[in-house]
Amino acid sequence: MGRFAALLPELILSIGGTVLMMVAAFTGRRGTGLVSWLSVALLLAATVALIGAPSHAGPIFDGLVTEDLFASFGRAIMYPAAAIAIIAAHGWFERGTEHASEYAVLIVFSAVGMGVMVSATSLISLYVGLELQSLAGYVLASYRRRDERSAEAGLKYFVLGALASGILLYGISLLYGFTGTTNFTGIAAAFARGAPSLGLLFGLVFLLAGLAFKASVVPFHMWTPDVYEGAPTPVTTFFASAPKVAAVLLATRVCVVALAPATDAWRQIVIFAALASIFLGAVAAYGQTNIKRLLAYSSINNVGFALVGLAAGGPKGASAVLFYMAVYVVMTIGAFLCVLWMRDAEGRPVESIESLSGLSQRQPGFAFALFMFMFSLAGVPPMFGFWPKLLVFTAAVDAGYVALAVAAILGTVIGAYYYLRIVKVMYMDEPAAPYARVREPVQTLLVIIAALIVSPLGYLLISPLSNLTDRAAGSLF
Amino acid sequence: MLSLLIAVPLIAGVIVLFMSAWGARWVALIATLVDLLLGIALWANYDPNGPQWQFVERQPIAGMMGWNLGIDGIALVLIMLSVFLMPICIGASWRAIEKRVPEYMAAFLLMEALMLGVFAAQDLFLFYVFFEGGLIPMYLIIGIWGGAERIKASYKFFLYTLLGSVLMLIAMLYMVLSAHTNFIPDLMAYNFPVGAQKWLWLAFFASFAVKMPMWPVHTWLPDAHVQAPTAGSVILAGVLLKMGGYGFIRFSLPMFPQGSAEFIPLVFVLSGIAVVYTSLVALVQKDMKKLIAYSSVAHMAFVTFGLFAMNRQGIEGAMLVMLGHGLVSGALFLCVGVVYDRLHTREIAAYGGLSDNMPGYALLFMIFTMASVGLPGLSNFPGEFLSSVGIYHVSSWAAIVATIGIILGAAYMLYLYWRICFGVARTAEAAAMKDLDVREWWLLAPIALAAFWMGIYPESFIRPIRNDVGRLLTRLETVAPAGDSRLTLGKGAQHEHMDMGAMH
Repeated sequence: MGRFAALLPELILSIGGTVLMMVAAFTGRRGTGLVSWLSVALLLAATVALIGAPSHAGPIFDGLVTEDLFASFGRAIMYPAAAIAIIAAHGWFERGTEHASEYAVLIVFSAVGMGVMVSATSLISLYVGLELQSLAGYVLASYRRRDERSAEAGLKYFVLGALASGILLYGISLLYGFTGTTNFTGIAAAFARGAPSLGLLFGLVFLLAGLAFKASVVPFHMWTPDVYEGAPTPVTTFFASAPKVAAVLLATRVCVVALAPATDAWRQIVIFAALASIFLGAVAAYGQTNIKRLLAYSSINNVGFALVGLAAGGPKGASAVLFYMAVYVVMTIGAFLCVLWMRDAEGRPVESIESLSGLSQRQPGFAFALFMFMFSLAGVPPMFGFWPKLLVFTAAVDAGYVALAVAAILGTVIGAYYYLRIVKVMYMDEPAAPYARVREPVQTLLVIIAALIVSPLGYLLISPLSNLTDRAAGSLF
Repeated sequence: MLSLLIAVPLIAGVIVLFMSAWGARWVALIATLVDLLLGIALWANYDPNGPQWQFVERQPIAGMMGWNLGIDGIALVLIMLSVFLMPICIGASWRAIEKRVPEYMAAFLLMEALMLGVFAAQDLFLFYVFFEGGLIPMYLIIGIWGGAERIKASYKFFLYTLLGSVLMLIAMLYMVLSAHTNFIPDLMAYNFPVGAQKWLWLAFFASFAVKMPMWPVHTWLPDAHVQAPTAGSVILAGVLLKMGGYGFIRFSLPMFPQGSAEFIPLVFVLSGIAVVYTSLVALVQKDMKKLIAYSSVAHMAFVTFGLFAMNRQGIEGAMLVMLGHGLVSGALFLCVGVVYDRLHTREIAAYGGLSDNMPGYALLFMIFTMASVGLPGLSNFPGEFLSSVGIYHVSSWAAIVATIGIILGAAYMLYLYWRICFGVARTAEAAAMKDLDVREWWLLAPIALAAFWMGIYPESFIRPIRNDVGRLLTRLETVAPAGDSRLTLGKGAQHEHMDMGAMH
């Protein structure tokens, strides 16, 4: 029974999700509120179940998954983020003709997939978790099926995602073929046996390429702006937060556990991907007029910085990655919740950056919150977003990659421009047509909490958070 | 004490956001005056012969960063300059700023807290947070309340200075990882490998040279000054530029002495070009604010000259130039603001003959012009004199170039004064302008008094820094340049050299 107890969070979510699906099917539109709040409760219950030391340390089910602190930390970020994505949809879908209740259930299933991803220690469970997360994601992207852009986003995401899954599977099959095992430690042992063969290297590259797609890392980022723009905003909030964490954490585990002996082989790939993401994310955001597209490039840019920590390697680098992703989730969710409130007088969503003009004079609190998220995403002190950047740079310099740190930090200056542009539009331009007031007390509270975390007050969190990330990263090594 | 000094404007800054324009003005004024009183208390309790670091506070808050505050004499005098200028800035914005007053006051108060933090921080990362954080309020001040070209100027200001600083951050990380401490006093005594010092020095130089600003990275300054509101220009010239000089004296010189020595020629050449070139540029400006902005670059070049002379006269002179320039250029920007509020143009050609209808204004403006020129008895003279002596010890050529700068400085300032205050008014509006009102007297007279004080009794400002400069000099002892004009003792055998030897 011990092994099942260790999987308590996943069990809560899977069983609860299945039951809720039935509830949703039978109650239809009437049950939307009930199903949504129950889903949030499920996700929070799963988060609570994570508290305390893992009851069953070490591999479970013949090494398919492990329940170490690393996995717990990842899930402790992703489950609340998924819950917030459900809350974000409150009052969003009711306006259309869609059934909103499946939305919450799909997010719960996606959360199960993400939980499996971060705890996977085998290529099989890795793939299963990733597909579960992605399949729910494809449906979510096209949730507004009557809206052309949403349908297009779903289709694009599905086709490209399927291609990426194919690449990933091909990499998995090569690795299995050349090592005879799908287990991470077994693969590490095979790599340790001497110079890796060509087949192993191909497997490694294909595996990383598949993961890069999920994390929307350059050069596998093409889908991101289109999907972010086309998907309904609550769905985009979800895509930009929890699945990113899952993909980056999964890549971290694969790199430092399964591919540890081949560090020299993957490190160059990660360095390239990190720098390419930072610079492309920064440069491509320049011309954007749609705030969701802009934030898509911002997320590409930010994942690039997290990868700098991975490239640095070692417990310090992994800890920096965890810290970065934790803060990134808060900043991104905060920014997207603000985007959610951009609605014209009739309550239709608005996405143009121009519509933010003079927001500080129309809705000073709203503008100030977005102001903080922008400077935090840009990594300008005294905002809290500065600290995770400092940590990844510290890890890089400590590992001797000074040139990498210098290049990455120059990327922050380029990126700062477009965050500044949002602030300029909000604070220095003449006011545009006002937005409709959105009365969502829970969302307001969430924005306030997120804004407080990214404010300089967030520095008080550094000690407890870095303590956690250090321990979580330590469980990998 | 120092925490309180930083907390007062910070808390007031939050409070004013929720107030009316009238309330925000008063709260901001009171908060800055309280800070001025606290600053005076700080000065009174500072013991110039005591330990190097006083009013020390250590509070570990955040992993590798701690709330470590403490000041030496150098930081003390710069803090005094900041708290002295802030109430004047609030007063200068009293009527000039009409729109979004609470936000304006909040930005200024935040700015003050961050500036004081820069000078008080003893932790490397804390310093960086304050140093960079100052960009945000200044960006807003220029961008929201600035002139017609404000957007471009605010971008230029922000991105230019950010680009300079990020390289410094990497250097800081390297330092912390190799010295295993981010406590600034420890780092000031740590000997970094000579090979690494060069790179570290260059990284810090990138930041401080932009902030200072040194030629050729000074181009953001005229734009920012011209577009900023009057009080913004005062703070920019009065305090923000001093952060560059403070950075050199706190980081570059004591932490990388060998690196600094290696780059003396570079600093001297850049400073020499700046002194002459920007003075010439100032001579042909048609816009008053631009002229004063270029004069700032020239004065700051004096500071870098003096600092990298690496002798007592040079460094003390550089500090005095920073203080004097902080007062005088701030006052000059206020003088520009006074006439700008009346006529809404900064074109020099629009004015003339103001000594007829604004005698009080002409008097104060003359005091500040003379101070800027370096007239003995006013604030800039002791600093410029001392740093010239310091430079002369190292290189007579550099001293000649610097002196040319002083002459050119006199030329452009007197030319400016002549065109504005003498002759006949060029427009009827200029002739009809009223003299200073009570509020403006209150803004300008204290600066004028301080300028006289600095000129007549500079010892008040040298005493707190004397021991700290001494400590810096012992650190620099091995690397300070010998110089070409230092007299050497003769062997003493020949009779005719005896007199010379005895003289020295």
